[in-house]
Amino acid sequence: MLGSFDFDVIRRALPYLFYEGMTFTLTLTALAALGGLVFGTALALMRLSGLKLLGRIAGLYVDFMRSLPLVLVIFWFYFLVPYIGQWLTGASRPISVGAFASSLITFIMFEAAYFSEIMRAGIQSISRGQPAAASALGLTYAQTMRYVVLPQAFRNMLPVLITQTIVLFQDTSLVYVLSITDFLGAASKVAQRDGRLVEMYLFAAVVYFTISCIASFGVRRLQARIAIIR
Amino acid sequence: MNYNWNWGIFFQPNPMGTGTYLDMLLAGLALTLKTAALAWVIALITGSIVGVMRTLPSKGAYWFGFAYVEFFRNMPLLVQLFLWFFVLPEILPKAAGLWLKQLPNAPFWTAAIGVGLFMSARVAVQLQAGIGSLPRGQKMAATALGLTTVQGYRYVLLPMAFRIILPPLTSEFLNTIKNTAVAITIGLLELTGQARSMQEFSFQVFEAFTAATILYLLVNAVVVTAMRFLERWVAIPGYITGK
Repeated sequence: MLGSFDFDVIRRALPYLFYEGMTFTLTLTALAALGGLVFGTALALMRLSGLKLLGRIAGLYVDFMRSLPLVLVIFWFYFLVPYIGQWLTGASRPISVGAFASSLITFIMFEAAYFSEIMRAGIQSISRGQPAAASALGLTYAQTMRYVVLPQAFRNMLPVLITQTIVLFQDTSLVYVLSITDFLGAASKVAQRDGRLVEMYLFAAVVYFTISCIASFGVRRLQARIAIIR
Repeated sequence: MNYNWNWGIFFQPNPMGTGTYLDMLLAGLALTLKTAALAWVIALITGSIVGVMRTLPSKGAYWFGFAYVEFFRNMPLLVQLFLWFFVLPEILPKAAGLWLKQLPNAPFWTAAIGVGLFMSARVAVQLQAGIGSLPRGQKMAATALGLTTVQGYRYVLLPMAFRIILPPLTSEFLNTIKNTAVAITIGLLELTGQARSMQEFSFQVFEAFTAATILYLLVNAVVVTAMRFLERWVAIPGYITGK
């Protein structure tokens, strides 16, 4: 029962939970969102490039990633990245990659598939006249994308991109399967050390809930503001 | 790459004594499908109820639906599974907690119910959007014909709304299948879990995960094809997707 609920366990674990765990979770979320966005935009441009082969490759990649469970992808990259590193650097044995690098690569590759679908919708929402006008002005393809299409696509899709980042923030908890000390990993380590599963898991749930709630509230406000501007 | 490939590994006996490694993976696939099926039934039923509540004129029903969806959407699935699996038996009255802990197949039931409730929030949002996309006249016409609220939903709104949201529901169903893999953390030996233990027993990492990947892709393809048929079968004449 909750009668023996011990707040002191949580209080004592706070520095560890936030300095170690939450720092890892937030850094991973931010870098993976950034990398996923860049790589995802590249995939979206490939798909919309009109070149059949490029489009097919990007499409296959996106469909492939989106049909696999994230947990399986995490395992894949965890074992695969050392071999890829060996191949790239020409080392004689699989190189050792830290937990952070491994999970960062995983999440960038995985989220790129989801971000690319969002950016594709964003690019397609720009009216045809805009790229036409850009090329009439003598802009190259790269300039058209850089100065005309992508800034608008990005802006239109900002609420969806942030929502996807909130999902990513929650999904980073899955690095638990590699025994990494992210926020949930830290909570779980304390929980097992002190035998205080109820306190630690409830606290972790409350923290994830609060952060996600505030972020999605922010998205709703942003959406309202963007809707007025257009 | 100095990795020793051994594709014959699938036909060697596994150390659990349950046949070959391939049998192990197939047992995992069966458990994935079983868990996903039960989770999907839970998600559809609770999700539909909550989704309808969010469209009712009653303020209380709306706020309940809102709170329900926010609760299940703003927590990682992994944390939710931990809450059901580790926390719930402790905070229940002693007898009930003990009964929960001694339940045979506890990971299976926890995974099915946990994933089901997690997905139900998403189903609710889709259904609310589907009902919201219907012209207002439909509800008014139902009322004008003398249908009660229940009848209006049963005969007019829901049959339309469910057909409209069939494509997003398909991807939610695929998500349900993928999300069962999270249950590896509470010890459910579904497909990813079996691939992981095959890797631990045999050290054939890439063979194990390749096989699991192919099986997931196959399941995906089957579900997508089946849903296409269902979509065509229930399509409403006159709508874009209609015959």
